[in-house]
Amino acid sequence: MLKQVRGMTGDEAVAYAVKLVNPDVLAAYPITPQTIIVERYSDFVNNGEVDTSFIPVESEHSAMSACVGASMTGARVFTATASAGLALMYEILYVASGMRCPIVLAVANRAFSAPINIHGECTDQLVCRDASWVSLFGESAQEAYDETIMSFKIGEHPDVQLPTMFGIEGFIVTHALERVETMSKTDVEEFLPAERDVKYKFSPDEVMTFGSLVLQDYYMEIKRQQEEAMQNAYKVTKEVMAEFTELTGRKMEIVEKYQLEDAEHAFISYGATAGNAKAVVNKLREKGEKVGALKIRLHRPFPIDDIYDALKGIKSATILDRSATYGSPGTIVQGDIATALYGKKDVPTLHGFINGLGGRVLTLPQIIEAYEKAKVYHEEGKTLTQEWIGYRS
Amino acid sequence: MKLVEITDVRLNGRGGQGAVTASRLLAEAAILENQYVHAFPNFGPERAGAPVTSYARICSEPFTEKTEVYNPHIVVVIDPTLLDDVPVADGIKEGGTIVVNYEGLKESLMRFFEGCHANIYKVAGSKIAMEEIGRNVPNLVMLGALIKVTKLVKLESLLDVTTRRFPGVLGEKNVVAIKRAYEEVE
Repeated sequence: MLKQVRGMTGDEAVAYAVKLVNPDVLAAYPITPQTIIVERYSDFVNNGEVDTSFIPVESEHSAMSACVGASMTGARVFTATASAGLALMYEILYVASGMRCPIVLAVANRAFSAPINIHGECTDQLVCRDASWVSLFGESAQEAYDETIMSFKIGEHPDVQLPTMFGIEGFIVTHALERVETMSKTDVEEFLPAERDVKYKFSPDEVMTFGSLVLQDYYMEIKRQQEEAMQNAYKVTKEVMAEFTELTGRKMEIVEKYQLEDAEHAFISYGATAGNAKAVVNKLREKGEKVGALKIRLHRPFPIDDIYDALKGIKSATILDRSATYGSPGTIVQGDIATALYGKKDVPTLHGFINGLGGRVLTLPQIIEAYEKAKVYHEEGKTLTQEWIGYRS
Repeated sequence: MKLVEITDVRLNGRGGQGAVTASRLLAEAAILENQYVHAFPNFGPERAGAPVTSYARICSEPFTEKTEVYNPHIVVVIDPTLLDDVPVADGIKEGGTIVVNYEGLKESLMRFFEGCHANIYKVAGSKIAMEEIGRNVPNLVMLGALIKVTKLVKLESLLDVTTRRFPGVLGEKNVVAIKRAYEEVE
């Protein structure tokens, strides 16, 4: 594979990756900080560089509805949104997964109103955890690029047939310029089948019923099939990432383990925060601390075994979470980790730190402060602690 | 593993002067030289004329941190009127570099930086922009001065990304202006 390097923002990286995929349909409504994705793509459409049918709709509810309709014809479909836009799609997210539409959705993770705020926070995507969508997070413009292309392959796999969303944090990734190793059209054609492999679809030639009323008789069976598809997605995502690594030389795994081999303590995070955690690991390692970092790239299906394997033998884990769940015993991610590890041997004590809401920066010294606190809590025999950091009280 | 230090650059400008474009082109020039970057604006409710900042982190090795820049090694002051309104030397690292768009004598510029331990340089960026481009858009002009005194990227790389971003007359005019700032910075 011929490697070329280009400077791109996270949003541009998504747009250029979608361009290589050239989906049949894109339906979207603009919202900061997603806007550039759709703006760039509308340029590609207007310039005739792609042959995607571009549907500018009047709301995100309509965007996702148009995506479902298009996907049901067997089309390859893409959309993008953020924050309130994703919340407005929420009803149709369940329709997309229930109708087994492998739509790909890029989320420019942004805080919810009120107060109104346009900056980075992952709550918008995390609250969609139960919608039966495969869900990934990306740390950089490069991962935004790569996850765009992989998402189509994961969701469209015949054993999965589920929609996939991937998130990059607003401004921190969406609007920041980084180096991106690009792929060629040929690379993507080699990686991704030219068309979806669809058994049942809207067709004028064959009469079928879709989306009919299903009550106590079959509803649960259909939902069980979604759960099985989600379990398959775990295996498929691993395979797709391995194949992608083979093709590009960029190591891509459902969880990323950084200096964990001999570590006694660990950070756990996702998205851009994982980059800061790794930078802190480098600094602490220079001082002789045995510390590593775990990045969760795949959030749904949750990689239970991989997380246990990565954390086995670690004493304390500092969870850096750019999301809050009010009045909850743990954040979404901390709750998932705790459930994954509960009752298992040699697992770390878990210390959650809610930070970075509405784009607030958590500085590297503040991350070190959280780490030192977690170590003390561990010594005191505490586990499942949770607190907010980096705010004025 | 020895950590390679990242160079943090802050550009202080006013909304509409192209501070964001400047940080982007500086980063793109660094990418041409096979460096690693994270360049970003500080987005908020900016409007034309309001003080704005943008940043570029540059390093010869890959790096993963994505925090904001609080202690830049280098500051570029794109608009001279900021000197009265904004503490442009805020957080500058000891021994850092500040490059100011300033038409007067260097001695008179220094009154804005009393007690500041940075190296101060100046170039008449707005004058050059007016004479060569015909508009007061000194953003890329100031990069010409910046790279001369810091050697952050080569002049050719900056000119390359400039002409790619602005093909045609505008790019050519900017090239002349950048070269002048490169020569005239003191």
